[in-house]
Amino acid sequence: MIVGEQKPLEEIKELVADYERILVLGCGTCVTVCFTGGEKEVGILASSLRMATKIDGQGKVFDEDTVQRQCEWEFLDAVEQEIKEHDLILSTACGIGVQAIVERFPQARVAPAINTTFLGLPEEHGLWTERCAACGECMLHQTAGVCPIARCAKSLMNGPCGGSQDGKCEIDPEVACAWQLIYDRLKAQGRLDQMLEITPARDWSTSRDGGPRRLVRQDLRID
Amino acid sequence: MKSGSNLEKVLTEGHFAVTSEMGPPKGTSADFVRKTAEHLKHCCDAMNVTDNQTAIVRMSSLAACAILRQMDIDPVMQMVTRDRNRLAMQSDILGAVALGIRNLLCLTGDHQKFGNHPTAKNVHDLDSIQLEQMIKTMRDEGLFMSGDKISGDVPIFIGAAANPFADPFEFRVLRLAKKIKAGGDFIQTQAVFDIPRFTKWMEMVRDQGLHEQVYILAGLIPMKSAGMARYMKKYVAGLMIPDELVKRMAGASDAKEEGVNIACELIEQIRDIPGVRGIHIMAVAWEKIVPEIVERAQLLPRPIV
Ligand code: SF4
Ligand code: SF4
Repeated sequence: MIVGEQKPLEEIKELVADYERILVLGCGTCVTVCFTGGEKEVGILASSLRMATKIDGQGKVFDEDTVQRQCEWEFLDAVEQEIKEHDLILSTACGIGVQAIVERFPQARVAPAINTTFLGLPEEHGLWTERCAACGECMLHQTAGVCPIARCAKSLMNGPCGGSQDGKCEIDPEVACAWQLIYDRLKAQGRLDQMLEITPARDWSTSRDGGPRRLVRQDLRID
Repeated sequence: MKSGSNLEKVLTEGHFAVTSEMGPPKGTSADFVRKTAEHLKHCCDAMNVTDNQTAIVRMSSLAACAILRQMDIDPVMQMVTRDRNRLAMQSDILGAVALGIRNLLCLTGDHQKFGNHPTAKNVHDLDSIQLEQMIKTMRDEGLFMSGDKISGDVPIFIGAAANPFADPFEFRVLRLAKKIKAGGDFIQTQAVFDIPRFTKWMEMVRDQGLHEQVYILAGLIPMKSAGMARYMKKYVAGLMIPDELVKRMAGASDAKEEGVNIACELIEQIRDIPGVRGIHIMAVAWEKIVPEIVERAQLLPRPIV
């Protein structure tokens, strides 16, 4: 899922400072599952903002709503009227949701209430960790299902580097060394020979380095 | 000869090699480079120049190496994949050759988090093994990574690092084999303090016959104080310092002298390990001590080849 984290309230207060009628708009998909920007968090954020701005003596209105998926235009159409009636949409969706609103409603002013952090999973209660960097050319079959691009701090293709110690990455004793994980899994499965081969330089053009990416599926095109 | 560098000659003639290391200044002074180099010149066969070591910005390795060339020193230009992509690295390599630089050490580089620009973007277009491969192709086939032809030769003696003290231990020798396969001609290891572990690693190296495919230079860091020993033990990832050595440093009345004693003992023990072909002394910010260590270890004068 896409994982996000709410921005500090002080920062959000600045984002809404110049506006009076604000719609806090949540999303019912990824950010709901990671407890960042679903209906419940929208409610909490809106009431915190109401309180905070009241103390500061500002007469602002904070309305709330949540759509099932902010990243698809058809779900946004359902709240078209509401969007038009507010002078700021404070989105608690990921960056895709924010942009979807902007594109559908060119007049709308939109501000992000959360930082979209990564593609990952909940590892423990209250702990999410990154798993994929959307590189566009998945290599998980070569690395025992552990992604070195997203999970090695240096995105090494032939790790582990000399900073790997006790299973941890040199950047942080809390972070597992991805290449130690790869090694352990390959070893346990008797496939260590895979790690003896040199992985040649990658073609990064499928990744963000190739520019904004598009995906065309002719079979799904209508015209 | 692959490069004709002094280091390559010393090693191929079978001498026990000594390399040293200098960290370029956090500034523009060519004099600083010259002074440090002048000091180290007579006691080593080649001199490494670090490349933004520990992710702290310094004068470029390429520029400092060029100054060393003017002084007739054989530099080992270090290159980390953290700061440059394949375009920048290839063009620097061409420039290095044009300036007379003949040894290149391929490194991944410490994470920028440890340096003075922790908010920087890191590159890692290639990793250190892929960098070796790229240089080998440039040298042996005269081709850029893209397959385009290079005009002129690229005589480079390719170096790589090995860390026998990092994990997983059993993989460390296999990774060395990968580095040799990728094109490594010589290896400089992480600093050795833990002789039993290094001995074990070298045993595994010999079992695979790798010591005959590559020149291995063991790393050495002279300790200046007990504080430095403790700091390295605690904070430098991939470095192992036995408690006993830390204790000796702490108990010494003259810590610097004890540091030199330990360095000389380590060299002696390392020289006894079959397959080790030289020593690489990393005394960054304490270069002054290197001549004394090399002399006391009876490694002077350096051979003229
Ligand atoms: S290899 Fe690429 S697509 Fe596969 S998990 Fe890693 S970043 Fe994602
Ligand atoms: S310690 Fe492991 S995860 Fe961290 S940079 Fe090195 S290889 Fe990558």
